[in-house]
Amino acid sequence: MRRELAAARGAKVRDTPRWREAGLALLFLAPSLVVFAVFFYYPFEQLIVRGLYRNNIAGDNLRYVGWGQYRDVLGGDEFREGIGHSVQFLLLTVPVGLLLGIVLAVVANRRLRGIKIFQTIFTSTVATSTAVAGFIFLALLNPSIGLIKEPDLLAQPDTAMIGVALASSWQTLGLSFVIVLAGLQAIPREVEEASMLDGHGPLRRFFRVTLPLISPVLMFLLVILVVNAFQAFAQIDALTKPPGGPDQATETIVFKIFENRTPDRLGDGSIMSVGLFAVTFVVTLAQFLLLERRVHYGE
Amino acid sequence: MASESTPGRRLGWYALLGALSLLVLLPVYFAFVRAVSDPTTILGGDALLVPKDVQSDVFQRAWRNGNLGGAMGRSLVVTVAITAAQVATSVLAAYAFAYLWFPFKRLVFALFMATLLLPLEVTVLPNLATISNLGWRNSFQGLIVPFLATALGTFLIRQAFLGVPSELRDAARLEGWTHWQLLTRLVVPLSRPVIAAFTLISFLGAYNQYLWPRIVTTRPDEWGTAPIAVRSLSSNPENANLIVAGGLLVALPMIVLLIFFQRHVVRGLTAGAVKG
Repeated sequence: MRRELAAARGAKVRDTPRWREAGLALLFLAPSLVVFAVFFYYPFEQLIVRGLYRNNIAGDNLRYVGWGQYRDVLGGDEFREGIGHSVQFLLLTVPVGLLLGIVLAVVANRRLRGIKIFQTIFTSTVATSTAVAGFIFLALLNPSIGLIKEPDLLAQPDTAMIGVALASSWQTLGLSFVIVLAGLQAIPREVEEASMLDGHGPLRRFFRVTLPLISPVLMFLLVILVVNAFQAFAQIDALTKPPGGPDQATETIVFKIFENRTPDRLGDGSIMSVGLFAVTFVVTLAQFLLLERRVHYGE
Repeated sequence: MASESTPGRRLGWYALLGALSLLVLLPVYFAFVRAVSDPTTILGGDALLVPKDVQSDVFQRAWRNGNLGGAMGRSLVVTVAITAAQVATSVLAAYAFAYLWFPFKRLVFALFMATLLLPLEVTVLPNLATISNLGWRNSFQGLIVPFLATALGTFLIRQAFLGVPSELRDAARLEGWTHWQLLTRLVVPLSRPVIAAFTLISFLGAYNQYLWPRIVTTRPDEWGTAPIAVRSLSSNPENANLIVAGGLLVALPMIVLLIFFQRHVVRGLTAGAVKG
């Protein structure tokens, strides 16, 4: 923050009155703000208000029921179940994503002829869409024609989420790889050489030098993976039959929200949306508060 | 970056890299095998490791049946428009956050970042109502306008801008440069790797969109983008390989793009993610 303030001060063009600078800032921010206002803040406000109303089964006769509906829905089974499944998905994908990213990046970060080819292969999964990745894994996990025949992951309530997590982990592997590789390539060579001269072995060098130096990148990756995990939907829709999985085992919170989109249940769905926002917000903030001080920012 | 000196160790690394590459590519290879094999033969049979009863025309059929040419053309228009707009809006907003004074800066920044915390799936229904009221369903505006700005770009590019050495800005200031000159002649050129990386991320994201184009277009044969056209391909058992072939065809341009821009991605993210 101190750096930002210094940067902001340093950039101030001499003799430009403050209000003119603010005017310019408003001009620069306006295009983004207009888009966000119409397609994010306004719909978000709509969701909050809609949560105060209830329809009858037919979807008409909208009437005000107040904040009590929030208490009912956010304390209810459906919301808790959705968040539970999302957390399950998160625990199955985020550690794997971090680990895969680190392993692939460490292996691919060396000077070898043709290394760019391997780096491109590892990155390539980001080019497939979630829908395409879902379809590929539907074929892979199909017990009659797939590679993995036993157990039939997607058909069992207690393993369906593992199948979905596999597809997801594969698709996001490219992103994790590229982010960690970027971090590794930013480490000045002198730092690693100095550590080598100190007689540190490769493992010790990795844990004592490399890992702390890439911790800001890992932090960035962690936040992205967690937010993405809370937003999982397309892969579940593409992979599970019926959509949402056997015994609704893969109905994550976004899936529940999507199911509650009909006029008669839109109030519930809106409240769950607001709830998801709150959960994501708190979890992201907690990551910053808990981890930021452990992250090593070099100057 | 580690450099390997002895031939034996080099060979070891190649073996490891090769094995990992195979693991990463296995799903794609499997999809390819499934796409070109006669689907009626492989149903109920053993897992296929090599193509069987090859249908060499499957890609042409997928292209024709799904009208993928038209769909990919539409995708191109939508993707280029979204990407160009996102880069422009993000660069401007990033400059304001990095170098301009204005009241409530931290609050406005938090409001920007908040937009990253809710997925499209959540705001999709009120947004659909907005687009319908504007009469923009089944139109390029409907597919493009909601995505003209993104806080991810603002964040990444702002990080890059903050990394521009202050001595350079001081020098430009002494020469009497305006903010617009600073932005276009100094800050943007120096941040080009990050802007290139974000351009690619934005492009991939826009091209691979699924839920919004699916829900906002009611006439997919006329207005569907590439992923929607793939979805519309027949899923009868005797044609089950068409949809896999279509998926691979649609992913191909993105893979090619990635091969060309790989360098920029890594360099761009370095600047974006490392500077705190």
